[in-house]
Amino acid sequence: MVPTSWYVGLSAVLFVIGVLGVLVRRNPLVIFMSIEIMLNAANLAFVAFGQQHGSVDGQALVFFVLCVAAAEVAVGLAIIVAIFRLRRRLSVDELSLMRG
Amino acid sequence: MTPAIVTFWILAVLAVGSAVGLVLRRNPIHGALFLVVHLATLGAFFLQMRAEFLAAAQVIVYAGAIAVLFVFAIMVLIPGKEETGLDPLRAQRWLAVPVGGLLLIVLAVMLRSGLFRGAPAARTVPGGVAAIGQELFTAYLYPFEVTSVLLLAALVGVIALTKRRTA
Repeated sequence: MVPTSWYVGLSAVLFVIGVLGVLVRRNPLVIFMSIEIMLNAANLAFVAFGQQHGSVDGQALVFFVLCVAAAEVAVGLAIIVAIFRLRRRLSVDELSLMRG
Repeated sequence: MTPAIVTFWILAVLAVGSAVGLVLRRNPIHGALFLVVHLATLGAFFLQMRAEFLAAAQVIVYAGAIAVLFVFAIMVLIPGKEETGLDPLRAQRWLAVPVGGLLLIVLAVMLRSGLFRGAPAARTVPGGVAAIGQELFTAYLYPFEVTSVLLLAALVGVIALTKRRTA
């Protein structure tokens, strides 16, 4: 049996990699993918803790995270496509103004 | 070394490697393919923790639908060679490394602090569809229903956002 702390440690490492991706990259698509990595790291910790406590609650929460992530990706990509139509460039550094 | 531990290390190397590949590769299509590997690896982790329903959902929703959505968006936007040209924030970019290291240290300190000790020993968890469904439709009934509203709102929002305005 793999100890729970290993899963949680791996989840922490993956989360930090996701944070680095968000901080370092300039392409909004890659930043979105890094956010997915962070969400999945949290999911891994949820399932690991649920397994340790012998309850299904962790898995139920992961189910909700899955739904929210799907909605978030759909809306986010739609916004990126709309911005691209307007600007013809894709770099988050140029998008510092809230108004179009 | 039991088989479970060997599997854990193989999957851990795959998960960390694909995540690092996503962050480091310049081409977003390669990033999307790394993301598919990463998500499938996490599905395998769920399977190892006896969460069969989540493993299936992970592969269908994440590695299937979300990854296809990403590839589709990349194809539409065609940024082929992205992140070329002068980086106006190059000095700030390097700050990401110490910030990430600091975050990792904080997380490690939290893990070593004994916060998670005293928990009951790991037991076998009912992870099948029956157990999850029982939980979702009793204890989490209202959040479950609200989720359907959220998905509907996202659907309407995406259509409204991407619709071309006919002048």
